[in-house]
Amino acid sequence: MVQYSQTRFDASFAALSDATRRGVLEHLGGANASITDLAEKFHMTLTGMKKHVDVLERAGLVTTQKIGRVRTCRLGEGRLEAEAAWIEKYRQLWSARFDELDDVVENLKRKEKVHDRRKRQ
Amino acid sequence: MTAGRDNEPMPAKNPTTVERVSDRELVVTRTFDAPARLVFQAWTTAELFKRWWAPKSMGVPLRSCEMDVRVGGGYRLVFGHADAEPMAFFGRYLEVAPPSRLVWTNEESPDGAVTTVTFEERDGKTLLVLTELYPSKEAFDASSGGMDLAAEQFVQLDALLLTLG
Repeated sequence: MVQYSQTRFDASFAALSDATRRGVLEHLGGANASITDLAEKFHMTLTGMKKHVDVLERAGLVTTQKIGRVRTCRLGEGRLEAEAAWIEKYRQLWSARFDELDDVVENLKRKEKVHDRRKRQ
Repeated sequence: MTAGRDNEPMPAKNPTTVERVSDRELVVTRTFDAPARLVFQAWTTAELFKRWWAPKSMGVPLRSCEMDVRVGGGYRLVFGHADAEPMAFFGRYLEVAPPSRLVWTNEESPDGAVTTVTFEERDGKTLLVLTELYPSKEAFDASSGGMDLAAEQFVQLDALLLTLG
């Protein structure tokens, strides 16, 4: 189960790592759209857009339904989960940075202490 | 200055929190067990900044870092592996008030955020609050919150997802 969540988490993040796909989600937040609409809107080929939608669909961010020859895309239920995943990824980046910054600051503190001691002597 | 430190066991890492406080604003907070002037120094000295801004887990090394820390002064960070196309991040400092406040622009994209960092010292510790304010909700949604680099790690997975189709 844990592994499944991690995979899902990574899939969500990968899906959100592309500007076009973030744009598609933003657009679908306003209204449902067909792949043809999306391809036009984002100046892409149908094949290119279909690949992006596939990635979003696999991450649970978008669901699609084919009626006749038109495939309609709408926001999936994984959207909120993905936003949470995105925030968590962002937090992990800052957390890793700040843990390194701790070491740098700790070093400065130590140097200052040595310096103070020398001054007192 | 370090009163009370001796009774403390091995200090655990302080937690980092992230919150989306509005549709165009993210806030990151973290406490450091050091006075503000030292934390500020680590943000404003290129040689020190280089040591922590690109942690290993980010997956992309910081190749160079130049910063002219004064109001109107510029900075430029270049990331990338030796054999890859470098990625540059740059902007200008809008406010420099040691040791309590730093504000800079992110100009590598037209929809870049303005980053504000405040350093508030209390009892020898420093509460750091970093705010990224985007010009609009659209800009926020279109950005990756400065994670384009972190996202690089996922490019491979991304490519895999595309081929699985």
